[in-house]
Amino acid sequence: MENTETILKKVPLNDLHTALGAKMVPFAGFNMPVRYSSDLDEHNTVREAVGIFDVSHMGEFMVRGKGALDLIQKVTSNDASKLFNGKIQYSCLPNSDGGIVDDLLVYKINNEKYMLVVNASNIDKDWNWISSHNSFEAQLENISDQTALFAVQGPKAAEALQGLTSLNLSAMEYYTFEIVDFADVANVIVSATGYTGAGGFEIYVPNDKAVFVWSKIMEAGKAFGIKPIGLGARDTLRLEMGFCLYGNDIDDNTSPIEANLGWITKFNKDFINSKSLKEQKDKGVSKKLVGFVMQERGIPRSHYSIVDADGNKIGEVTSGTQSPTLSVGIGMGYVSIPYTEIDSEIFIEIRNKKHKAKVVKLPFLKK
Amino acid sequence: MNFPEELKYTQEHEWIKIEGNTAIVGITDFAQNELGDIVYFDIDSVGETVNAGEVFGTVEAVKTVSDLFMPVTSEIVEFNKNLESSPELVNSDPYGKGWVIKINIKNPDQLSGLLDAAAYKKLIGV
Repeated sequence: MENTETILKKVPLNDLHTALGAKMVPFAGFNMPVRYSSDLDEHNTVREAVGIFDVSHMGEFMVRGKGALDLIQKVTSNDASKLFNGKIQYSCLPNSDGGIVDDLLVYKINNEKYMLVVNASNIDKDWNWISSHNSFEAQLENISDQTALFAVQGPKAAEALQGLTSLNLSAMEYYTFEIVDFADVANVIVSATGYTGAGGFEIYVPNDKAVFVWSKIMEAGKAFGIKPIGLGARDTLRLEMGFCLYGNDIDDNTSPIEANLGWITKFNKDFINSKSLKEQKDKGVSKKLVGFVMQERGIPRSHYSIVDADGNKIGEVTSGTQSPTLSVGIGMGYVSIPYTEIDSEIFIEIRNKKHKAKVVKLPFLKK
Repeated sequence: MNFPEELKYTQEHEWIKIEGNTAIVGITDFAQNELGDIVYFDIDSVGETVNAGEVFGTVEAVKTVSDLFMPVTSEIVEFNKNLESSPELVNSDPYGKGWVIKINIKNPDQLSGLLDAAAYKKLIGV
């Protein structure tokens, strides 16, 4: 077997994670911490207090110049003209064939400066895709390899971080950001975003300040019980909120309409494949992404078949787990339209046996 | 990590405690640590005879699903009922309260193929 150690990329905190006792696994080409102590304990720490994730593997592209907005409007499905300085938008990059290149966040810094935050596994694909559509003379810069990203998430996140910045963290609106001094480091992006539904912030820092800022956050968060959180808990936290994970719930072959991402697909502007997606929206699609809760003991996992009462295949699970908060099997998957209605009875095939489940409204975790 | 000398082990990370013709089977400290928090055991083969190396059930952790393999050809006589409500016992006490099944050994000749603690430790590199 090839020695994967040598080809995996390392985040700036790689050695620190190892010293903290993290189990490191290959993820999207990076050596990443999947768990420090216990998936369940880490999950509960974020729901109840505050935790910190190193998600420095994520990709960041700067888009500058007069053509910046035009390029973003062309390649993304949401309407970026609605953004104001300091505002963030969830969006996706549709491909030409009805699928999704990636989902992403669009940050508006000013009229001629935006930042796109993309999935680690898609950095090269997205870069090539966006570059190939840049007929607007926008200047693109891939700063992924120079940028570390920490997500500090949980109900105590604002309190825990407040001592590190003069910015009033608890007053920040969801999906806004500021560029400020943070932990004595200048020009840090502090963003009121996350992937957990637990509230909190994402902090973008240059690689050479990453270890310093992490240790400052750990120090400031100590009194609030802050713990490092691995990618294992990150997945159960996002799934409880019904957030899509690229590669599982959406991919090159799923359309934003099928994935219930109609709310970020705006037809008041022209973008890649918008005509055909509009047609899909008007005519309807044959399957859609739903959330479901197990009614019988069993844990759904991606690629399990979804069947009807007679055992006929009606879809496939794309994400599933035992919900740590609800202590029941939850999942998402694509099902044919008649079964997308809330309360529909469906069955998950687990090891050749049918297990009853019910289609529910997302998120699984109600506020 | 702990690997008691009195137990035998398999390449699939089960332990087996032999008491005459019967035995208790569980998963090793290494296995529970690799799996992480265990949330479910799916074992419906009680009363059946399962051949050595065949799957007798499944263990599910938060992030992973793993098959459980029979160490030696045996009839499964009991599943540890405590694991239905408290599967985490396997994380906290893998060789004690976290035992998984009791078996009647059908083919004792296969016992010689099991690993001792030293050989198992070598296998997992500790």
